[in-house]
Amino acid sequence: MEALVAAVTIFVLAVFVGFEVITKVPPTLHTPLMSGSNAISGITLVGAVLAAGTDHTLLTTILGFSAVLLATINAVGGFMVTHRMLAMFRRRD
Amino acid sequence: MGFAITNIIYIVASVLFILGLKGLAHPRTAVRGNLLASVGMLLAVVATLTDRGIVSWTVIIAGLVLGALIGTVLALKIQMTGIPELVAVFNGFGGASSVLVAGGALILAVADGTTDNTMLIATAATGLIGAVTFSGSLIAFGKLSGKLSGNPWLFPGQQVLNAIVGLGGVGLGVWLVMNPEATIFYWILVGVSFLFGILLVIPVGGADMPVVITLLNSYSGVAAAATGFVLSNNMLIIAGSLVGASGLILTQIMCKAMNRSLANVLFAGVGALVTDGPSADDVYAGKIKTTSADEVAMMLDGAQRVVFVPGYGMAVAQAQHAVHALANLLEQNGATVEYAVHPVAGRMPGHMNVLLAEANVDYDKLKDMDEINPSFDQTDVAIVIGANDVVNPVARTDPNSPIAGMPILDVDKARTVVMIKRSLSPGYAGIPNPLFSADNTLMFFADGKQAVQEIINAVKEAA
Repeated sequence: MEALVAAVTIFVLAVFVGFEVITKVPPTLHTPLMSGSNAISGITLVGAVLAAGTDHTLLTTILGFSAVLLATINAVGGFMVTHRMLAMFRRRD
Repeated sequence: MGFAITNIIYIVASVLFILGLKGLAHPRTAVRGNLLASVGMLLAVVATLTDRGIVSWTVIIAGLVLGALIGTVLALKIQMTGIPELVAVFNGFGGASSVLVAGGALILAVADGTTDNTMLIATAATGLIGAVTFSGSLIAFGKLSGKLSGNPWLFPGQQVLNAIVGLGGVGLGVWLVMNPEATIFYWILVGVSFLFGILLVIPVGGADMPVVITLLNSYSGVAAAATGFVLSNNMLIIAGSLVGASGLILTQIMCKAMNRSLANVLFAGVGALVTDGPSADDVYAGKIKTTSADEVAMMLDGAQRVVFVPGYGMAVAQAQHAVHALANLLEQNGATVEYAVHPVAGRMPGHMNVLLAEANVDYDKLKDMDEINPSFDQTDVAIVIGANDVVNPVARTDPNSPIAGMPILDVDKARTVVMIKRSLSPGYAGIPNPLFSADNTLMFFADGKQAVQEIINAVKEAA
């Protein structure tokens, strides 16, 4: 129960931090914001790594492998395409 | 000891994610912000690899290497016009991954006898939200890439069916929490939720896609956070909630920019409705003035201030480079040039800004609606390329119109408006646009890129 309360506390605080930080992103950068935050949601990779490494049954290994694969595509692809986009936002003097 | 170090690294990674998102507050700091966030991800994964529960690394390494390869190729090969569909795909993969992680965790917990209510509720939630994210994103990908029709797909009894399938998913979740040993129910839950995701997105039309993908973006974060509750892992909870909040804010901004509620966007199927406003003939007959490249060039010759108004049509025609070339030419001739970007122009938030940035347009010249609207009455020429509903003055004047109350770009207040458009066909809302027949409007019927190119040539010849 105590662990749950701690987890919920973290959840609520993180949502608030998210609201505070994201509201300051200007409309010009909304597409990179989406693809960048989308890459962050690839954090499920952490869970995928844990699942893939347990060596429990063939089924869990397959599930783990697929989860690692998909989450890595999400994270790596997301950060890279965001970088490509952001590198184009320049001020010409 | 190992546990403590892992958690400390998780805190560092969380801070990097927050700093990364904070960096996106300005184009100057955004590149660094994105790099910080990706370093955070790397740290989190490396810290996890040292976990005691991991006994086999081969599968992990194989997944990481293959995934990184595929992700890199997709990210480098995509054209900027294809960004919305790529984001949809990545988003779907994140959701699917959460579903698989929670499924694996459930099997392990049942085998070890370590299930508890928190974990089971979180597992059911992950299955539901993750699967909706996955299938919804796939449909969004289909619609955005043109592989599926962008029209809303409506049928009788749709809402009832949606409600039944949605409630079925929730019911299966409750069943799973009470009978966790039958893990097969988790996969049935996932299947039903997958169907639910499809049903939720098919009635949404093309121009409402910005709302759908921001919402799915939020879901993928919530799914990751729910997975965090499954695994009691703070890293997933923190990062997932950040993304969930981000997607929700963008969804809200998009809805506000269309003056519609989220429920209306998701369920009303706008564009398929026949509205009984004035017909196109009433609005346009005998009042349309067409123009040519030479005439536009002549007007631009004396213009002090020119504003470009891009819409989805500019993306389709790939006209952004031509637009920038014309802007350069006008600036050389002493005019001030700016770009007016409506929040829902294009297929995702900020879509136009990315395309114009790709064409090397200075980001300082990209103005949002509130910033540019007061300046239209001092604008000599407003050139609208492939935008329609977002410049339709009916939104201000006719309370019965489907777009009534939607904030629009006040293009009609410019001295002269040049509408570059293929035909008089209506925009997404399906209503005629009185701006086309206004006294100060000239219609240039052509493909966006071709029209701008012709104007460039005419301006050069005149000089």
